Amino acid sequence: MTRNTALTPEALPSGADGMILRFALRPGPEAMAAAARLAQRLEAAPPAGMVEICPALVSVFLRFDPARSTRRALAEAVLAEARALLRDPPAPPEPLRRWHLPVCFGGSHGPQLGEAARLAGLSETAAVAQLCAADLRVLAIGFAPGQPYLGLLPEAWGFPRMSELNPSVPQGAVTVAVRQLVIFAAQSATGWRSIGRTAMRPFQPGRETPVPLRAGDAIRLSPVAPGEFDALAEAADGMGGARPETLR
Amino acid sequence: MSALEILRADGVMSVQDGGRPGKLALGLSRGGAMDLLALCEAAALLGREDVPAGIEMAGAGGRFAVTAPMRIALTGAPMAATLDGARLRWDAAHPVAAGQVLQLGAMAEGLYSYLVPAGGIATDPWLGSRAAHLAIGIGARLSAGEALRCGADPDPAAPARAIRVAPRFAGGTARVIDGPQTGLFDAEVLDAFFAATFIRAPRGNRQGVALDAPRRFASDHAAGLASDVIQPGDLQMTGDGLPYVLMAECQTMGGYPRIGTVIPEDLPMVAQAAPGARLRFRRIGTEEADRAWSTPADWRRRAAATLGPLLRDPADIPDLLSYTLISGVTAGDELDD
Repeated sequence: MTRNTALTPEALPSGADGMILRFALRPGPEAMAAAARLAQRLEAAPPAGMVEICPALVSVFLRFDPARSTRRALAEAVLAEARALLRDPPAPPEPLRRWHLPVCFGGSHGPQLGEAARLAGLSETAAVAQLCAADLRVLAIGFAPGQPYLGLLPEAWGFPRMSELNPSVPQGAVTVAVRQLVIFAAQSATGWRSIGRTAMRPFQPGRETPVPLRAGDAIRLSPVAPGEFDALAEAADGMGGARPETLR
Repeated sequence: MSALEILRADGVMSVQDGGRPGKLALGLSRGGAMDLLALCEAAALLGREDVPAGIEMAGAGGRFAVTAPMRIALTGAPMAATLDGARLRWDAAHPVAAGQVLQLGAMAEGLYSYLVPAGGIATDPWLGSRAAHLAIGIGARLSAGEALRCGADPDPAAPARAIRVAPRFAGGTARVIDGPQTGLFDAEVLDAFFAATFIRAPRGNRQGVALDAPRRFASDHAAGLASDVIQPGDLQMTGDGLPYVLMAECQTMGGYPRIGTVIPEDLPMVAQAAPGARLRFRRIGTEEADRAWSTPADWRRRAAATLGPLLRDPADIPDLLSYTLISGVTAGDELDD
């Protein structure tokens, strides 16, 4: 039997007209693959009364119309779908494209690189090398418009968010916690440690596609020097040198 | 083309409507009015069947005029309101002629007041809504000198009307349903949370409001949680163990544990609680919440059921010969049953 017993999907209330189907509390490759697969299935064949779906890392949020379905009926339908999916060990969906994303690490663009590297048990140089070698995926878009969660990083990067908020990180800040990177779409306070910056703007409201990245995209980071970052930041397209490569 | 002109802006003003529901996958929260009920009340007053776009005023009002005759509705946190110097009743719709000056002063209690033209504000929408989403740079704070395009009022001479509004401007008790992380809080912490009286802290905006309390409500089981979808009404516990109520312009994903979610019907009361106001939370089961489920259309119908004409008290009228029987200009508290 290949059934994965570590994952126990739960349908939990999330607001008066919402629910979260959750595979695990903490990020892990199997739960993430399961959530991505479930979101894909539900998007393709929405259960009765479902009006919105939003994939997260190890869970999927659903909004329903209480005039057209009940919390219980939707939970049963979605749990059945989730259990069916777990009969085989879920593999993550294959990415359609890979982004190559220049990032300026450390210094004033990533003031907490040293601290994060120490928590991961690495030198700053080794930390940057590990981040740039990682085969990352856009795990979810959220927090702010267009803002990507990337992962998973090696286990050493599993340290938590800070309990005290970072009062302000700039647009493009590359931040780290719980084996993930978040690229901030706008200036924000955050509990994530700021380790670098990209000149790519994840949210461009004036453009036809205001959100260039999509959940499921692959991402490879490449290090650039501060001077190069400044040049990329001046590019009129707001993409900061990010380049998509079509994979299939 | 009719317009609503801003002659002076004293508070933080922005155009708001029902926001942009259904865009969570882009990372976009609903946004829209902090007190959505106030826009539904305006719709009832103006005889509309949708949630119109109006001006949301935080903290203070301003001075306004219209370029064509139209009715305007005044809802939300009550302000001192005058039209050419004569007092106007709040929670009412009043006809306004071009050239008249509408003056809206500070609110006595509450935080968000609404000025809604009968034809709705008709500025260009983005992703299906005219709402300013200030946190992400959509739309902007309004300022003096601006003229906002409005839809035409189908009945600009209709008499003034008023509704009766249950008070929601000085704190109270909000109903809360369990959320996906309620189970991560120990029973003792949950009991204490739902027994506590919170004070609305000074820190707050359209994204969320901080609450203060004599004790902390942390979860010992939340380290390293994967981020999931968050939404307005969520009671999020940041690292310090004090709740932060997520509001209209909140983020869409977060990793701090939430103790529960305020139901939509009670969120306007939380939005209107000014710093220092007392808030309590009552835990209800999802079955009770499902039974209590109501939509903005329900809120509009409930408000419409309290509609009445605005009659003047003859004792207040110095010159009965020039008296118009039904008028929007009143002593402010004589809504006729």
